[in-house]
Amino acid sequence: MKISMKWLAKYVDLPESPQKLAERETVTGIEVDEIIYPAEGLKNIVVGQILTLEAHPDSDHLNICQVAIGEQQPYQIVCGAPNVAEGQKVIVALPGARIVNNQKIKKSKMRGVESRGMLCSLQEIGFNENVVPDEFKDGIYVFPENETITVGESVFPYLGMDDTILNFDATPNRADVLGMRGAAWEVASMYDQKPHFTVPDVPEETEMADSKFTNEVFDNNLAPTYRNRIVTNVKVQPSPLWLQIYLWNNGIKPINNIVDITNYVLLDYGQPLHAYDFDKLGSKKLTVRNAENGETFKALNDNEYELTDQDIVIVNDEQAVSLAGVMGGQSTSIDAQTKTVVLESAVFDSIRVRKTAQRHNLRTEAAARFEKGIDVATTQEALDQAAQLVQTLADGKVLAGQVVGSQTNLEPTIVKITIEQINHALGTNIKQEEIIAIFERLGFTVQVEADILVVTVPLRRWDISIPADLIEEVVRIYGFDKLPSTLPVSTQTVGGYTTQQQFLRNGKTFLRSLGYDEAISYALTTEEKAQAFTVEQSTLTKVDWPMTRDHEYLRLNLVSGLLDDLAYNVARKQTNVALFEQGRVFVKSQSSAVRPTEVEMLAGAITGTVQEQTWETKARLVNFYDVKGDVEQLINSFNKQGRISYQATTSITQLHPGQSALIMMDDQCIGFIGTVHPVYAQQLKLPVTIVFQLNLDKIMALTDQSQIYVPASKFPSITRDVAILVPKNVTNEAIDDTIRQAAGKYLTDIKLFDIYVGTGVPAKYKSMAYSLTFQNKQETLTDAVVNQHFTKVQTALQNILGAKIR
Amino acid sequence: MELKDLLKDLHEKGLQQISAVDQINKLNEIRVQLLGKKGPLTQALRGMKDLKPDERPEIGALANVIRDDLQNKLDQAKQHLEQEAIQLQLQKEKIDVTLPGNKRKVGTKHVINQVMDDIESLFIGLGYQVVAGPEVEEDHYNFEMMNLPKDHPARDMQDTFYITKETLMRTHTSPVQARTMEQHDFSKGPLKMISPGRVYRRDTDDATHSHQFNQIEGLVVDEHITMADLKGTLELLAQHVFGSDREIRLRPSYFPFTEPSVEVDVSCFNCNGQGCSVCKKTGWIEVLGAGLVHPNVLENAGIDSKIYGGFAFGVGPDRFAMLKYGINDIRDFYLNDVRFLEQFKGE
Ligand SMILES: [Zn+2]
Repeated sequence: MKISMKWLAKYVDLPESPQKLAERETVTGIEVDEIIYPAEGLKNIVVGQILTLEAHPDSDHLNICQVAIGEQQPYQIVCGAPNVAEGQKVIVALPGARIVNNQKIKKSKMRGVESRGMLCSLQEIGFNENVVPDEFKDGIYVFPENETITVGESVFPYLGMDDTILNFDATPNRADVLGMRGAAWEVASMYDQKPHFTVPDVPEETEMADSKFTNEVFDNNLAPTYRNRIVTNVKVQPSPLWLQIYLWNNGIKPINNIVDITNYVLLDYGQPLHAYDFDKLGSKKLTVRNAENGETFKALNDNEYELTDQDIVIVNDEQAVSLAGVMGGQSTSIDAQTKTVVLESAVFDSIRVRKTAQRHNLRTEAAARFEKGIDVATTQEALDQAAQLVQTLADGKVLAGQVVGSQTNLEPTIVKITIEQINHALGTNIKQEEIIAIFERLGFTVQVEADILVVTVPLRRWDISIPADLIEEVVRIYGFDKLPSTLPVSTQTVGGYTTQQQFLRNGKTFLRSLGYDEAISYALTTEEKAQAFTVEQSTLTKVDWPMTRDHEYLRLNLVSGLLDDLAYNVARKQTNVALFEQGRVFVKSQSSAVRPTEVEMLAGAITGTVQEQTWETKARLVNFYDVKGDVEQLINSFNKQGRISYQATTSITQLHPGQSALIMMDDQCIGFIGTVHPVYAQQLKLPVTIVFQLNLDKIMALTDQSQIYVPASKFPSITRDVAILVPKNVTNEAIDDTIRQAAGKYLTDIKLFDIYVGTGVPAKYKSMAYSLTFQNKQETLTDAVVNQHFTKVQTALQNILGAKIR
Repeated sequence: MELKDLLKDLHEKGLQQISAVDQINKLNEIRVQLLGKKGPLTQALRGMKDLKPDERPEIGALANVIRDDLQNKLDQAKQHLEQEAIQLQLQKEKIDVTLPGNKRKVGTKHVINQVMDDIESLFIGLGYQVVAGPEVEEDHYNFEMMNLPKDHPARDMQDTFYITKETLMRTHTSPVQARTMEQHDFSKGPLKMISPGRVYRRDTDDATHSHQFNQIEGLVVDEHITMADLKGTLELLAQHVFGSDREIRLRPSYFPFTEPSVEVDVSCFNCNGQGCSVCKKTGWIEVLGAGLVHPNVLENAGIDSKIYGGFAFGVGPDRFAMLKYGINDIRDFYLNDVRFLEQFKGE
């Protein structure tokens, strides 16, 4: 809500500058997020009067004007506006003037004719296009003849541009300041004043309004209050300048006196009004009812709307003439010929108005107010105010009485509270007198009953209904800055992470220490990406109404997001990237489940080099085994019981079928690792990329390995190397298993130290060399014992795997 | 030659040999040569038996002196040569210490998690539990429990990613508070918790909006919790994150789940309150929303609002990080450009 300081000053004595007022209001009640000075940056713009006018000899649209500007000699100004005419009082930017956008006006020649300055449109002196009256939209502004405007003086006071305007950014609960009177109450309470308002006094005809017109409300829930007044003999014309100024300074375009009056009352009381042309109505009756599904309505903005039974309409005998609380209809709008006006002041159901405005995308000033609530106590007064203004500004005759279709109970709210309650909630020690004084400043009345304050809250503060609301009023007027700063005093509590939270954090820390940067990607993604890189079957979860196709489905894997990140980096020449993410995937084993199961995952993706080229080392591209090593160490760091194995898999279609494995903990799959499928990688414009993902919830559920110190053995260990020739399809795991089973209890370690294919090795064979370590922790192992076991190993390799010992 | 002269001559020559040596291995040869069993000195001493008994002590003493002296000179020469050798070696091994080191890469924590962890550590120190909850929530917990009934204007369909009529992507981490309040046994002490996590709004991504972002909400419920406690707590938070000399300012605001509600500003760390572009010339920067827990929220969770009260606050780590590091596009957090990620060295 834009608050004109001049308008506000009519209701409240303002002891401080607008800036000070804005600061004070911001910390006391309503945030003032902007202070507007309409004439800021403009200068040397005065009222001029066009004395004579002649056509420019070398132009078909320019006129040469002699313009009086309060000096002895008139100024010659060339003007191209179509509406320029002799006798007009106009806006003149003199040579040296600054107009909108800091544009400077200079003496110049226009097609050979001297021009000293410029005749201006409202837009050219900073008016927003939307508020310029239609008749001046495409030309210069012309002051009304019936106003007292002195030639040569600055135009700013005449156009309301000497005002200062504060933008009140009211929170939804404080819609009471969406009218000048509500804002005046707010500002007055801040300065410990009472605002002074005049009550409208409507001179009425003897003829009764309800003898000419009736109304009916089908359901009082739709319109708890519905009132009309009839004004006859109106003369529709432009409003006086003071009224137009109030409107345009508030962002509303002046139209004609009747419409302007309804808008003025809307701004003043926060009460939206509507005016119908009585003769166009046809019927002598207005009815408030639900719209019918499919009913159409042509609104004032020329658009046609198809209504539903959730919309409220006001109808004459035949059709909707207004979409209640939102916008009036085309068919009964006020025009120059209107003679009799039906004014409407009502309260419409806020939820329905909000939904209607939303459904039809009609965010009007009226709807904005009905949505948040209005002061039901002034619906009647606002109607009188409008009628009185129509009488004075349009020479109308106001028929006697308001025609009432429905009316609301106008009982104020009573809230009981104790001083103890207030101080207990605030941590203060404010005295009873001070608290009562605060309530009285706000215009609330207080009765003291024993230790209870009975506070009567006027209807204009419909946001207040419970003690907590009163506490808020007390603290904001008392001053948040006066509150002490303390910490809760209570029984000690222990803070910390849960075991689960610590587990998730440990995995992240470990991967960082291995050189992976932490990424955060989006949980909502495309259908394809959501279900890529999955091991288990799951139904997808989709948001009902996505913003874009890119963020529509909840992810079932973290790898897709990391690959997007990698691709983003690679496209920007960042070719060596290692990222990980710890986050959730959203698994639904049955499509009927209400909510998906959220599973904590840890995933990584690397592309580029593990070793960069330096002055002393050669570059080396990442391969499967680099990442596998990371994963092995990571899993090892979790310290869980169970045997880890890597099972070659072709089940994940986005992975290279010959370079991917399921990670098994005993018989349970806890994740996967693999090279991204070259075709898939190419789609993402990624070079060789290795990825992995671990299911942390599954790993967390495993039993911890006990952590009991084992002293380092004092007895020496003995190593034996064995090199074997085996068919290429024999896996390391098979060899490892065979060795372990045959080597006896003293085997402590197996290390693969060489793989060789080529000269000396038959085709389809490979040479593998292992180093076996034996140790007896109780005594020194003898060569004889080791040899015995080692022989068994060699035999087993020959017999079980058909290996040839080299 | 007399034995005595022979010894002196041996001594003389031995000293010459020693001083002429320039290699350690040669020195050893000389040692053997001079003092070894087959060396001239030993040989000479063997000739002692031919001397008269009264001459023997004198010659014996002289021989010992000569041997000791040669021994000493040999040791000195050895030491000297060793020194020289080491010096030489050190000289040869000199490197250019200005050549770049071989770096092992260490990953960085995402800047948002740096900010979140920093805030979490403060509240853990103050005795708060850290509680997580589902990101796909029930309407009931996300809205209704938080005093946002079905037709409340603040829960416009348009701002929320609904999945079904009753499930949605949580729009804040308040539902975690609702769930925790419902479970909490107040006979075991007050409830002090923070709930960090990812939240979602139906927004078009631009420089200041992201459909996914993060939140840390805090909640304390006990019998004697005051607005002053909230102010003190938020002061600590602001100073912890933005610097120990920061001040805070509370302004009235509105949230459906708190009453009174406040918006909290921190004095501008860029201009120290003088007014600059960061604080839009006001000297203050809006950083979070807070308030005393609305009695309806307590009652909805089965807590007697006549006995218990509390405060709650909500922090946006994305916004905190943007302010703290001068990041002006929220989308940067989710692009994971390594040139962005690796700038933030904190823990
Ligand atoms: Zn600043």
